[in-house]
Amino acid sequence: MSFLGELADKPWLTQGSLDGIPDAVESDLPTPQFGLRVFLGVVTVLFALFAVVYSERMLFSDWRTLPEPWLLWLNTGILILSSMAIQRAVNSARLGRMDGVRTGLVAAGILTLAFLAGQFWVWLQLVGLGYYAATNVANAFFYLLTALHGVHLSGGLVALGRTALKMQRGVEVGKLRMSVELCATYWHFLLVIWLALFVLLLNT
Amino acid sequence: MADVAPAGTEFIPPAEVEDVELYHAKTWVTKYVFSQDAKVIAIQYSATAIAIGMVAMVLSWLMRLQLGFPESFSIIDAGDYYQFITMHGMIMVIYLLTALFLGGFGNYLIPLMVGARDMVFPYVNMLSYWVYLLAVLILVASWFVPGGPTGAGWTLYPPQAILPGTPGSEAGVVLMLISLALFIVGFTMGGLNYVTTVLQARTRGMTLMRLPLSVWGIFVATILALLAFPALFVAAVMMTLDRLLETSFFMPTIISMGEMLEYDGGSPLLFQHLFWFFGHPEVYIVALPAFGIVSDLLSVHARRHIFGYRMMVWAIVIIGGLSFVVWAHHMYVSGMNPWFGFFFATTTLIIAVPTALKVYNWAFTLWKANIQLTIPMLFALGFIVTFVNGGITGLFLGNVVVDVPLSDTMFVVAHFHMVMGVAPLMVIFGAIYHWYPLMTGRMLDEAMGKFHFWVTFVGAYAIFLPIHYLGFLGVPRRYFEMGETSFIPESVQTLNAFVTVIVLIVGFAQFVFFYNVARSFFKGKDAGRNPWKATTLEWQTLESPPGHGNFGAELPVVYRWAYEYGAPGVEDDFVPQNIPPDEVKMAPGGATQT
Repeated sequence: MSFLGELADKPWLTQGSLDGIPDAVESDLPTPQFGLRVFLGVVTVLFALFAVVYSERMLFSDWRTLPEPWLLWLNTGILILSSMAIQRAVNSARLGRMDGVRTGLVAAGILTLAFLAGQFWVWLQLVGLGYYAATNVANAFFYLLTALHGVHLSGGLVALGRTALKMQRGVEVGKLRMSVELCATYWHFLLVIWLALFVLLLNT
Repeated sequence: MADVAPAGTEFIPPAEVEDVELYHAKTWVTKYVFSQDAKVIAIQYSATAIAIGMVAMVLSWLMRLQLGFPESFSIIDAGDYYQFITMHGMIMVIYLLTALFLGGFGNYLIPLMVGARDMVFPYVNMLSYWVYLLAVLILVASWFVPGGPTGAGWTLYPPQAILPGTPGSEAGVVLMLISLALFIVGFTMGGLNYVTTVLQARTRGMTLMRLPLSVWGIFVATILALLAFPALFVAAVMMTLDRLLETSFFMPTIISMGEMLEYDGGSPLLFQHLFWFFGHPEVYIVALPAFGIVSDLLSVHARRHIFGYRMMVWAIVIIGGLSFVVWAHHMYVSGMNPWFGFFFATTTLIIAVPTALKVYNWAFTLWKANIQLTIPMLFALGFIVTFVNGGITGLFLGNVVVDVPLSDTMFVVAHFHMVMGVAPLMVIFGAIYHWYPLMTGRMLDEAMGKFHFWVTFVGAYAIFLPIHYLGFLGVPRRYFEMGETSFIPESVQTLNAFVTVIVLIVGFAQFVFFYNVARSFFKGKDAGRNPWKATTLEWQTLESPPGHGNFGAELPVVYRWAYEYGAPGVEDDFVPQNIPPDEVKMAPGGATQT
């Protein structure tokens, strides 16, 4: 029964009885996946609020647009590749192929580090051109949003590292699958967040 | 109550997830310090929250001493006074009430009441407490930095919060913002647990509509907090950057002390929107757990099922939803478009409908009930009266035309203290008297409890009723002293002195409560099992107080809702949720099967 459907229950009529109580396991998601989705919900709200504030603050007359380094497009490509790599790890884990999991995780880790390095490089370029955070609020937003996304991705790298450690310790594929799937959900989510931020930042 | 044929366990749906693997602590440190047991974490959260809350209480005495007897205390200057009001407000709202209701009662009650062995992510739950403690310590640290804690008012409005001239604008405000951000991170860790545990770890037969209302209140409040705290986080991060890196998210072009500052074109109003987008749901983050818990207290101590259970659940959900579309009623005087004010006044007044429904249902629950005037019941009754009182002044302030003249007066102070200060505290006290026997196995002393209740309850009215009146006279809030103000009569000073004396008396009564808690732990009357004859699962554990893993080898199976009190024909007047229908003891001659 749906969540709302359940809210229509009259519990005082069903004492000791099971009429109207579903007899199947309800949740489609295992608990860790469910918990992660709740967390991603919170992160979505966080970035959505930043997007609202950004759009609102943009309307003020002191807003000065900043250049769009071509490197951002390359970084975006790298992040897409890292998401694909981690998906490969998931697919391999589902098929029980440890070598595929290893390749996928290592590739995803390296690509993510490359993305973060690329983002940092963009910062250096902008600072080199004199676009400081204090100079204009558009610059400040750029640094703040990219930093926040980078922090979330770095947190993901910790989880990815722990999964890789588990793999090194020789945990069997079946037990690794959940961790790999959690990482993949998080990576795809952060890719979507980045794409949304990228559109927002280009739209100055 | 319908006559339903008893059913066997074989039809009862399986639990939504399998039994989780419990972490078994081996050393004293992992058992009591870095504990992953929700019950221990609950007590750590509660103790920390109450400790920092006592600091906030002392700050209120200092404020009242200044207001009641101005120019008598040379140790309190205007800057100190602003620091007192700021820290008092921030601590009470966030570090005491939010932490105690969600981190304290949430952790203790959710796993026990839904029939789980623990929270679903115990390690993250443990981290939640330690991050909270760190946030509290950073908050406390702001007393020991140059310039002291921030004195910007608990709303921390820019530009004044970070400009020289406001106490604590050097380091205090930075520590405040960092502490808030950490609090939010810590809370999110806990909140994930509370939501996921309620939705995924309920025991067999515990459908959503069989959950006690305490769980419903805490559950919906947690969802509100998970959605609302990010707004404060965003505001805190951007203000920290404005302060430290001189960005201009919120800071407008401004001349301070004759000097043109670096800031350029920012919007202080944007901060107000973010702050209140968090700030208004925050009121319900505190109120909804109080609503839930007080419903259970009333039902248990009046020996009657809660009236309109479904309506109560729906009202909690609807109030939660509405709380996100009323925030700008805190900003009627910010110069916003009058149509905006009209919209927010309308949504604000609509909230009164589900809220009034709850009040009626509490009253109907008591109607012709077998009311036991226990201490938890006294506090629950105190809550209803106080909440109605504060709610009605809320209707005044929700209307733009009434709010504008009353804005920033003592009337507002009296209103929010009644509705989200005294009322939730009544529930917290009631809940502590109610669940202390479960936590410790001993009863709190009743005579001291009665003294505590009456002094607190009557005292709260003696304090806040006059403050409403002061507000009507036009006495402004947040003023260090009145000076020569022609429209304020001299009698205001007499009233202020009276209020201060009462504040000190009520403060003293709280120490009687703390003494009671400490003394009863060693010398209290033995509580035995289920002293209040409650139906909910936390009283049906294998051992009392509940041990590690909460229940015995088998998790309980739930056969009914949480409100089977005064059941006809049953030997005792209640049936716990986990007693199979064929094991319910019937009174001799009783015919009806529950």
